[in-house]
Amino acid sequence: MSAQDWIATLLVSAGGVFCVIGAVGLIRMPTFFTRMHAASVIETLGAGLVIAGLMVKAGLSLESGKLAILGLLIFFASPAATHALAKAAWERRREVGRDVGIPPGEDS
Amino acid sequence: MRYAVAALAFFAFWVVMSGYFTPFLLWAGVGCSIAVALFARRLRVVDPETHPSSSFPLMLRYWPWLAWEIVKSAWDVTRLIVSPRLPISPTMIRVRPTQQSDVGRVIYANSITLTPGTITVLAEDGEFLVHAITQAGAEGVTSGDMDRRVTAFERP
Repeated sequence: MSAQDWIATLLVSAGGVFCVIGAVGLIRMPTFFTRMHAASVIETLGAGLVIAGLMVKAGLSLESGKLAILGLLIFFASPAATHALAKAAWERRREVGRDVGIPPGEDS
Repeated sequence: MRYAVAALAFFAFWVVMSGYFTPFLLWAGVGCSIAVALFARRLRVVDPETHPSSSFPLMLRYWPWLAWEIVKSAWDVTRLIVSPRLPISPTMIRVRPTQQSDVGRVIYANSITLTPGTITVLAEDGEFLVHAITQAGAEGVTSGDMDRRVTAFERP
């Protein structure tokens, strides 16, 4: 294996580890909003490191260009999706009380 | 000018996605890019808001800083998750964004959400509702460092 392969493997593996940690956090976190924070580790460090590793593996080619576009898509789309979810949860909470599991006093 | 930049961006996207470099397909790409730019002009969908090409150099300065912030706070959240005691202290705070334009506020709200540990729940004109997973994270938002940086690159 060349140095390029080693770096790529290292980056992809590290990304995978962060994805697993994010998934564990998704289970461990007690409330809706705290679970969203765990998920954001997956979409930033997890996806970011995996894409970076694949770009190293692909080298300077069209594939890495496509991967860069994919990274940009995640970079712009994921905060929008996260915000939409959080806002929906907030509105729902206003409708039905503390359905999303925010303990009292958490919102000031 | 704005449409020329848009057409160039469309064409770059075409080349990356197609991967063929035969003259006919390249010229087809040029034709389609120009056609889409003209359609966009007819629809008036390319304005400073959807296509802020003028602030691109400033973005190149902001993004590396934001990327580093994301790495740091992702690491913090990772440590929270793997810590056996789960030392979270969830907080809702209200922050006042200082950006003038809608685009500036969107960039600031998205930056907050993109940084693990903080989520913009509501983004209204003069006030954001932000959920942070720890008190320290909430204080990081209220310190206003990110707010100042976004405002700075909004007005060159």
